[in-house]
Amino acid sequence: MKKWGGILFVLLCTALLFLIFNDPALATDAAEGAAAADPIAEHAWWFWPLVLFVVTFLMGIFAVLGGVGGGVLYVPIISGFFPFHLDFVRGAGLLVALTGALAAGPGLLKSSLASLRLAVPVALIASTCAIAGAMIGLALPTNIVQIFLGVVIIFICILMLTAKKSTFPDVQESDRLSSVLRIYGVYYEDSMGKDIDWKIHRTPIGLLLFVGVGLMAGMFGLGAGWANVPVLNLVMGAPLKISVATSKFLLSITDTSAAWIYLNKGCVIPLMVVPSIVGIMLGSFVGVRALKVAKPNLIRWMVIVILAFAGIKALLKGLGIG
Amino acid sequence: MAQVEIDLEKASKEQLLYANVLEKGMYIGLLALFVTFIIYVTGVLPLRIPMEELPKYWQMSSTDYLHIAGIESGWGWTKLLGYGDFLNFLGIAFLAAVTIICYITIIPTLLKKNDYVYATLAGLEALILLLAASGLLAAGH
Repeated sequence: MKKWGGILFVLLCTALLFLIFNDPALATDAAEGAAAADPIAEHAWWFWPLVLFVVTFLMGIFAVLGGVGGGVLYVPIISGFFPFHLDFVRGAGLLVALTGALAAGPGLLKSSLASLRLAVPVALIASTCAIAGAMIGLALPTNIVQIFLGVVIIFICILMLTAKKSTFPDVQESDRLSSVLRIYGVYYEDSMGKDIDWKIHRTPIGLLLFVGVGLMAGMFGLGAGWANVPVLNLVMGAPLKISVATSKFLLSITDTSAAWIYLNKGCVIPLMVVPSIVGIMLGSFVGVRALKVAKPNLIRWMVIVILAFAGIKALLKGLGIG
Repeated sequence: MAQVEIDLEKASKEQLLYANVLEKGMYIGLLALFVTFIIYVTGVLPLRIPMEELPKYWQMSSTDYLHIAGIESGWGWTKLLGYGDFLNFLGIAFLAAVTIICYITIIPTLLKKNDYVYATLAGLEALILLLAASGLLAAGH
């Protein structure tokens, strides 16, 4: 176990150092006075896609071990440390999150962990707002979006540190709307060896909160699992497993709507998108295997630190300081 | 992909139908994405934007990129499918269309069950996603 933890730690540090020392801003600083060298022009065309592949591979591992979606790591880290414009990073980020959700969706639906009945009304609101969010995000000046992104990422870090989770929330009675929509279900809880019946409450408040979740998903190109799960679990009272699985499935719908806006606006460069998707997917496979031996708490802390660092970097970049 | 235990009693008919369509669509989309990317990087087809020039474009906003590279927004990429770089958009667009197909597929099942509320919600969702895909919604700096 210690050996694996050590290897992962070294890998993370190497990746971080690699990123920091390849930061275009730093590279420019280093070359100050030396004929204002262009750090991007110094490398062949394949350099950044290759680095992107390596970094997203590591990201895939740490996303699984840290219990976060790859999408939420992708946009702040890639926009903070790579020479790509935020438009293309958000487009690629949405497609990375979308592909992951599409891959997980069938299994989650078939095993009844994700609930289509719960997802349909929620997705209708979230995806409509994600379209609005994408349009607002593409209309705003880049530095403003970057500042908001930094603030949201720092907020996500605080949420990850403080948010509680409830495995089986106490839902005394379904609310009227969820009763009319017949949002309830049953799933097999492996750890207890029995079927668990579930229902939800506070549906109107939950649906209202998904307005904000959708807007943010579209505006920043982030997967919104970090926001979906607390709303489904803590506000609407869905069991944690149902919340996590339905959230992952929801991303396939929310991100589809926003992805089309970015795609139609030309924010997709295949040489960025495909290495990122392959990198995250391969990393996730390795991450799932490493999960057996890694220390989740330590990794989670490391993910929070990296995310906070990327959030501060995005904020500074937006303010023209970083 | 991991073997999934299918729970026919707990998952509704429309949920299983959605899952099956999603699964097939996801595999087709990913396969198309990888095959077209291999065609792209191996140079089987000519490129609209040479790879050496890409670093110049990915630093600018998407509006500037479209303008300077002379590419139409929206579905303009379909006119450039003869180029290796734009062939990639087939797989990407298919992956983005899978959810729309899934929603349209479950509507008849919901109607058969007299679940008119969910059939309407599914229809509305499909319309919203089609609107997003249409390119009619303009956005930009």
